Amino acid sequence: MKNKGMMIGCAIGAVVLLAVGMLVVWGISSYNNMVSLDQAVIQSWAQVENQYQRRADLIPNLVNTVKGYADFEKEVLTKVTEARARVSQFNVTPEVLNDPQAFAKFQSLQGELSGALSRLLVTVENYPQLKANENFLQLQAQLEGTENRISVERKKFNEVVQSYNTTIKRFPASMMAGMFGFGEKQYFKAIQGAETPPKVEF
Amino acid sequence: MKYFFSFLLFCYSIGFAQPQIPKLKMWATDLTNTLSQSELQDLNERLKSFQDTTSNQIVVLMIPSLENYPIEMLAEETATKNKIGTEKNDNGILLLIAKDDKELRLEVGYGLEGSVPDAIASSIIRNVIRPQFRDNNYYLGINDGINAIIAAIGGEYKAEDADDNGGFPFVILIIIIIVAFSFMRGGGPFVPGGVYRTGTHSRGWSSGSSSWGGSSGGFSGGGGSFGGGGASGSW
Repeated sequence: MKNKGMMIGCAIGAVVLLAVGMLVVWGISSYNNMVSLDQAVIQSWAQVENQYQRRADLIPNLVNTVKGYADFEKEVLTKVTEARARVSQFNVTPEVLNDPQAFAKFQSLQGELSGALSRLLVTVENYPQLKANENFLQLQAQLEGTENRISVERKKFNEVVQSYNTTIKRFPASMMAGMFGFGEKQYFKAIQGAETPPKVEF
Repeated sequence: MKYFFSFLLFCYSIGFAQPQIPKLKMWATDLTNTLSQSELQDLNERLKSFQDTTSNQIVVLMIPSLENYPIEMLAEETATKNKIGTEKNDNGILLLIAKDDKELRLEVGYGLEGSVPDAIASSIIRNVIRPQFRDNNYYLGINDGINAIIAAIGGEYKAEDADDNGGFPFVILIIIIIVAFSFMRGGGPFVPGGVYRTGTHSRGWSSGSSSWGGSSGGFSGGGGSFGGGGASGSW
């Protein structure tokens, strides 16, 4: 009788132990999965930032080339320079991804710069000499290429964030995410007119 | 999450009718029937041998119309879906031509952005390809464009010796043998000479315009990825 009770006790113990073991294994793999997704988000964010930085780096050169054309509208150039200055003053860290307000701010600053740049490229249409300048054409190609890279990297970033956010919000992994502080990340949302690179007919 | 939905909503609301992304089976594909068979074959052979010696994959696709879809997006999606370039070096280039829209784009993989930067890509489009396209010399434009791209790439990347595709010819051989056997069983008109059959078939399929093209000597992507590098233009 006593023997039987012990056997049942042992069996229950074994089952509980097994269940706890499985839970721990599941927890570890779920945690690791979230860590790698988190890293993937940070990595693709770095790509987005690189491209924005690259655009900012192109601007002084572009402004200088265009400035050479004496009667070029000063106001358009000033807008670009100012927007660029505001962008570079904004300090970007991966923390921005967790902060909806900072992220929106980042996006609107970059959006203003995109707007100023596309106005510049439209204005150039009135300067045939400038459009025939090989140096300007190359800068323009680089700028357009960078704008396109930005939209590609943003698209990739949104895809990675989507899979991260889906993972941390699905039950039961959401409990793990809550315990270890994996928060929701921000997406890029499209701003009207800022999605496609500025198009200039040659 | 809210942002994501508004992003999606935006994508749908501006109504880009997403065109079909073509699955490429050859290096040069013309969906407009502009190039002749021999011109296509010529391009294919050159691009294949360029890939064999350097591992760089250059792919040409000519389509009738973009259907109002931005060429930058179609080029990036086509290049990514077809995995042009090797996974290790991301050394693929796609030359996409939308004939009726008179637009073209050179999409350059991550690994070739150094040797074919946007300024060079744009210059190839403006100074090499565009003048020919304006005169309706499509083959010449593509051909000269490819020459310019190859020149720009220079010595970037070398083919590795049959390390990762060593098993490939063997698979083809097995397929050929199986097909040859099934033909023999089927008792076609040329049944005698099994040896003669395997010999000719391996040649016949590598011309590759049939659906077998993909598995024997046709183009297959190596896993390269793209980040939107390159340049667009119109003529």
